[in-house]
Amino acid sequence: MKKVMIIGATSAIAIEAAKVFASEGASLFLVARHPDKLRAVADDLRSRMAKVDTLVGDVNDFHEHEGAIAEADRSMGGIEGVLIAHGTLSDQQKCQEDVDEMLGEFSTNCLSFLSYLTHLGNYFEKRGAGCIAVITSVAGDRGRGSNYVYGAAKAAVTTFLGGLRNRLHKCGVSVVTIKPGFVDTPMTAAYEKGPLFASAESVGKGVYRAMIGGKNVVYLPWFWRGIMCGIRSMPEAVFKRMSL
Amino acid sequence: MPAYQSWGRYPPASHDLVVPIRWRHELPDLAALPSPMLAYGLGRSYGDSCLNRNGTLLVTDALDRVIAFDEKTGVLRCEAGASLAELQARLIPRGYFLPVIPGTKFVTVGGAVANDIHGKNHHLRGTFGCHVLRFELVRSDGTVLECSPDDNEELFRATIGGLGLTGLITWVELRAVRVASPFIDHETIRYHTLDDFFALSEDSDEGYEYTVAWVDTTARGHDTGRGLFMRGNHADPAHHKLPPIPKAKERSFPIDAPSWFLNKYTVKAFNALYYRKRFPPHIHEVVYQDPFFHPLDSVLHWNRMYGKRGFLQYQCVVPVGDGGAAIREILERIAASGLSSFLAVLKMFGDVESPGMLSFPQPGVTLALDFRFEAQRTLRLLDTLDDVTRGAGGRIYPAKDARMSPQSFDAYYPNWRAFAEFIDPKFSSSFWRRVTEGLQS
Ligand SMILES: Cc1cc2nc3c(=O)[nH]c(=O)nc-3n(C[C@H](O)[C@H](O)[C@H](O)COP(=O)(O)OP(=O)(O)OC[C@H]3O[C@@H](n4cnc5c(N)ncnc54)[C@H](O)[C@@H]3O)c2cc1C
Ligand SMILES: NC(=O)c1ccc[n+]([C@@H]2O[C@H](COP(=O)([O-])OP(=O)(O)OC[C@H]3O[C@@H](n4cnc5c(N)ncnc54)[C@H](OP(=O)(O)O)[C@@H]3O)[C@@H](O)[C@H]2O)c1
Repeated sequence: MKKVMIIGATSAIAIEAAKVFASEGASLFLVARHPDKLRAVADDLRSRMAKVDTLVGDVNDFHEHEGAIAEADRSMGGIEGVLIAHGTLSDQQKCQEDVDEMLGEFSTNCLSFLSYLTHLGNYFEKRGAGCIAVITSVAGDRGRGSNYVYGAAKAAVTTFLGGLRNRLHKCGVSVVTIKPGFVDTPMTAAYEKGPLFASAESVGKGVYRAMIGGKNVVYLPWFWRGIMCGIRSMPEAVFKRMSL
Repeated sequence: MPAYQSWGRYPPASHDLVVPIRWRHELPDLAALPSPMLAYGLGRSYGDSCLNRNGTLLVTDALDRVIAFDEKTGVLRCEAGASLAELQARLIPRGYFLPVIPGTKFVTVGGAVANDIHGKNHHLRGTFGCHVLRFELVRSDGTVLECSPDDNEELFRATIGGLGLTGLITWVELRAVRVASPFIDHETIRYHTLDDFFALSEDSDEGYEYTVAWVDTTARGHDTGRGLFMRGNHADPAHHKLPPIPKAKERSFPIDAPSWFLNKYTVKAFNALYYRKRFPPHIHEVVYQDPFFHPLDSVLHWNRMYGKRGFLQYQCVVPVGDGGAAIREILERIAASGLSSFLAVLKMFGDVESPGMLSFPQPGVTLALDFRFEAQRTLRLLDTLDDVTRGAGGRIYPAKDARMSPQSFDAYYPNWRAFAEFIDPKFSSSFWRRVTEGLQS
């Protein structure tokens, strides 16, 4: 995979994945909202042998998505893989108190993905090859009282990806759903780091491997598949009583 | 054990606040953070110079990007938390090399500046600071200064070797050197006495980019100072058939070793094996740079082999005008103490002057040792070594110190008062509070 577009390119996990692509000499097209951060990331990737182009944009500006894809296509002479990695860890309390806050979070963590994926689905269907990888989360596997707005947004994206995979499988396009567990990144800066936390570097490498391998659904690190299987199988009558 | 310790894991420290620094365009407001504060790179200093007990740590290891590299001139600009390992990985494929390389590649550029580190080529190239062209320094009052020999020259000199006390370095520009290859054509020579070491150094320091010796600290009497002398140059592809650059492999020392793991006998056995059995008198080979410079880096966290109590380093430099009497006395005292050092490194420093005000290297011979921490026994021995170092007009390396007295510090670094003018009022470290305690400023 030598021509990769990354949306949310200043995310810690995305940066680590991009470093691996860069070390393979790939062309990268990076989209992020902060120009200074985007430049810092791009310059570093250039020093790692990548050819890099950038575009500044907020993912909530839906009308820019189609143009961003067209520009990536032009810049790299076609797109072989896409990684969508942006996101915000919603403030659940605020979302409960304020509908606008909740809708804003849903826009960032769900609708912006669905918008991009709609355009990308058509782009790759026409192309007849390629890879669409999206970071969702283990939080989307089951709603929990402490973060169900974030979880529901991730769940919707996960389900959307399942359908898209089913649709695009016929034309040789892989759709990769990536579900990290806890990762030590700025998103979780406020958390006490326990043994379940993985480094952005190991998860970023996992993202790269999943894309190259054309995987379907990956948990990162792998052991989250078992944990989430356990959590999903708990009867609702028990689950609803737990404080999670 | 709390996450942010020094490499020697002695003294243990806890910090009230840890602030990760990730973006140079989005720094925290230092004025609003509780003082005292101190930058922390990769914690490869041994003692307490990277610690700030009960204070604030500004952790820079995510501020690690390369900003620009000019392939024509070798000028490299990078963020302060970039590790030398990462920089070497960019430079080597382009035919360049860092001008100064310490015994581990897991140190940040900011840490390399703050301790004005030295390598096996000090005799020719001086310290890391000699190759720094400029850097950006952020002070707690919000001022952002570009420092170079031409701009803010005094802060430039105070910050090189300034132990992190002058503010936060955000990026550094330095000049890399072109090399024939990243492979080292080197010799290992078994030698028998301290005088042999001096003679080998004398012979080698002009024609060899890298020189260093490993000494057997258990040897006494006539054998004092015996060891293995290593010298090398970058291998020239015109003369050697060189393999492709190997990929990195890393292992990690799994858990804290039990405290008996490294005792006198294991050290002795290791030293004897190393010095006598495994080594023919003279080896000549070409190896990749990494195992040559960083034999220990292939085992991450090897410091855990000393167990939970941690260990102490002692690195001094003493002039050799006395024909090596002081260094001989130091080696004798160590051997007589029965406390042996697992690794002991001897090297001649040269006279290339560093811009740093408080830099450690000075012309003479330097000896670096490590000792498992055995409370008073270890501390007493190191105090007696300080007596010799001080008497000889030498000094010890703050990056490796956890115990020198304020009186020793005052004697080793008499210009610390002039340096202190440049300290950022909100910055401090455990080391600085310890070594200036009770001294008249
Ligand atoms: C195995 C091993 C071998 C070694 N070999 C050598 C050697 O051969 N030669 C040698 O000279 N040293 C050697 N050292 C010591 C090491 O090179 C120094 O201690 C180095 O400074 C560590 O860098 P660090 O990034 O880990 O910094 P830390 O240890 O985290 O910090 C060191 C100092 O740098 C300051 N600092 C760090 N970042 C910044 C910043 N951004 N702005 C301002 N101040 C900052 C800190 O405040 C502190 O005072 C060795 C250490 C080990 C563990
Ligand atoms: N960290 C975890 O524990 C964890 C666990 C599971 C899943 N995930 C998911 O992994 C992905 C990457 O997150 P991360 O952990 O790497 O965190 P991160 O470093 O905080 O990355 C999040 C990125 O999203 C960007 N972003 C947020 N809102 C945006 C907007 N409106 N427009 C454009 N960009 C926007 C941020 O940009 P700025 O830098 O400009 O703010 C930031 O680069 C996210 O989808 C996250 O939900 C993370």
